Amino acid sequence: MNARWVALFSLLALIVASFLSLDLHWLVFFETDSVQSMGRFVLEFMHPDLQPQFVLKVWYASLETIAMSALSTLIAACLGLVIAFKASGVRPLLNLLRAVPELVWASLLLIAVGLGPFAGTLALALHTTGVLGRLYLEAIENQTDGPAFALRAAGASSAQVFFFAQLPQALPQLVSYTVYRWENNIRAAAVLGVVGAGGLGQMLSFHLGLFQMNKAATVIAATLILVALVDSLSDRIRRRLG
Amino acid sequence: MIRVRSVDQPTLRDPAASGRVFFVGLFVLAIWQMARLTEFDLLTLFAAFTDPAPRNFLLGFFPPAHSVAFLTLALVETWRTVAIATCGMFIAGLIGLPIAILLTRVLSLSAIGQPQFGGAVFSGFLRRVLRSLMVFLRSVPELIWALLLVRVVGLGPTAGVLAIAISYSGMLGKVYAEIFESVDPLPTLSLLNQGASRLQAFAFGLLPQCSDELISYSVYRWECAVRSSVILGFVGAGGLGQQMDLSMKMFAGDEVCTLLILFVLLVSFADWASQALRKAWE
Repeated sequence: MNARWVALFSLLALIVASFLSLDLHWLVFFETDSVQSMGRFVLEFMHPDLQPQFVLKVWYASLETIAMSALSTLIAACLGLVIAFKASGVRPLLNLLRAVPELVWASLLLIAVGLGPFAGTLALALHTTGVLGRLYLEAIENQTDGPAFALRAAGASSAQVFFFAQLPQALPQLVSYTVYRWENNIRAAAVLGVVGAGGLGQMLSFHLGLFQMNKAATVIAATLILVALVDSLSDRIRRRLG
Repeated sequence: MIRVRSVDQPTLRDPAASGRVFFVGLFVLAIWQMARLTEFDLLTLFAAFTDPAPRNFLLGFFPPAHSVAFLTLALVETWRTVAIATCGMFIAGLIGLPIAILLTRVLSLSAIGQPQFGGAVFSGFLRRVLRSLMVFLRSVPELIWALLLVRVVGLGPTAGVLAIAISYSGMLGKVYAEIFESVDPLPTLSLLNQGASRLQAFAFGLLPQCSDELISYSVYRWECAVRSSVILGFVGAGGLGQQMDLSMKMFAGDEVCTLLILFVLLVSFADWASQALRKAWE
């Protein structure tokens, strides 16, 4: 019971200290100026730009987002397989790749390769390699080693053991991990662009920067539709598998 | 006329070959298209290493910035990140909990036959509206909320707190309601049937059964909020992320390195703190 009180007290202290130390401006919501501009915002938001030309651009950005996520997941899956096969020594590197979020990778890579979807794709690939590499390694290490042992005893090389015993045995699990990460990456790719790394996010931050709320509303709607589609699709796939 | 192949001349044709070639072709085409869409060009990456600006940026990573002034600034920003996450979570709880109570069918008075304002049809309708509001709040990514709010309330922690509060209240409302519905409804129902008010039934019938789960889920979410408040800084919502963004734009590799180290330490600290809190509670 004592430990509970300590936990509760420290939680309360954390909350109070947080509110006291931040310079929060709640008054913004009561100033006439800002309330008026907020009203304009919302009003413009209600009228998304649906001109065919612009919708086509948003469609292209959505395709770019999907391509970024798919390509980066594919790269990460290939690298993950290589790691699972030969390079279990890179575990600390995988931890580093995983610890840095996609968005931070993206803004680091912007310095190297410039604005655009390439930076976003590389960022997603780096982070996902960290995640998938570890999951693949664990899937292969945790399986029963009967088949691998049998092949090794019969004189198979390590490549043969990997491709004919370890990989087929772990394959269903690896596929499900990969699809799950792809789903995550679509969601991440849609917002990654706000730092300038391509896709729908880049378009959104561009139009928001120009205060073109009606165009921003269209882009946000496209993002929501994309995420909802991915959610329902993965839900259906999972239900069929499980 | 039917031609019969003799048995000792087995055919070496792969019956699935055409399909296989087709799918490999499709795969290659898809990858090529995706590479074109994402402007995939490894040469740019290699060129980056010969370019002075990115190279100097990377070389600057070591040694990390360690002047007292910068370390103080970085630590203050780290605390602000934690504070943004905490305030956001607290407000999210304040919004999410009442909505979860409203959403919980077990606590419905009209469901046990007591006449209520508008009747069962109205309360069912209200529940549906609230539920879709929650879905909307959490399906807009928090980074987009932050991006919008920065335009409304200006740069700084207010936008970050609000973005976390909005998207997490949608999540908390949903999960709290699920937790409430998953426990044994009998104590609550019997209290309601004895004439207890909705709030009394909640506090004495429902809450005692699931307070542990509520606390442990909320603390886990706080840990997630710390991580996402760093990210939100990149669009100008204050804290460690905003400082990192600033240092990157100034190509100050040493500062970025220090901030990244602090970020990793912060995340593992949040992980440790949330586990310790949960253990202390149980």
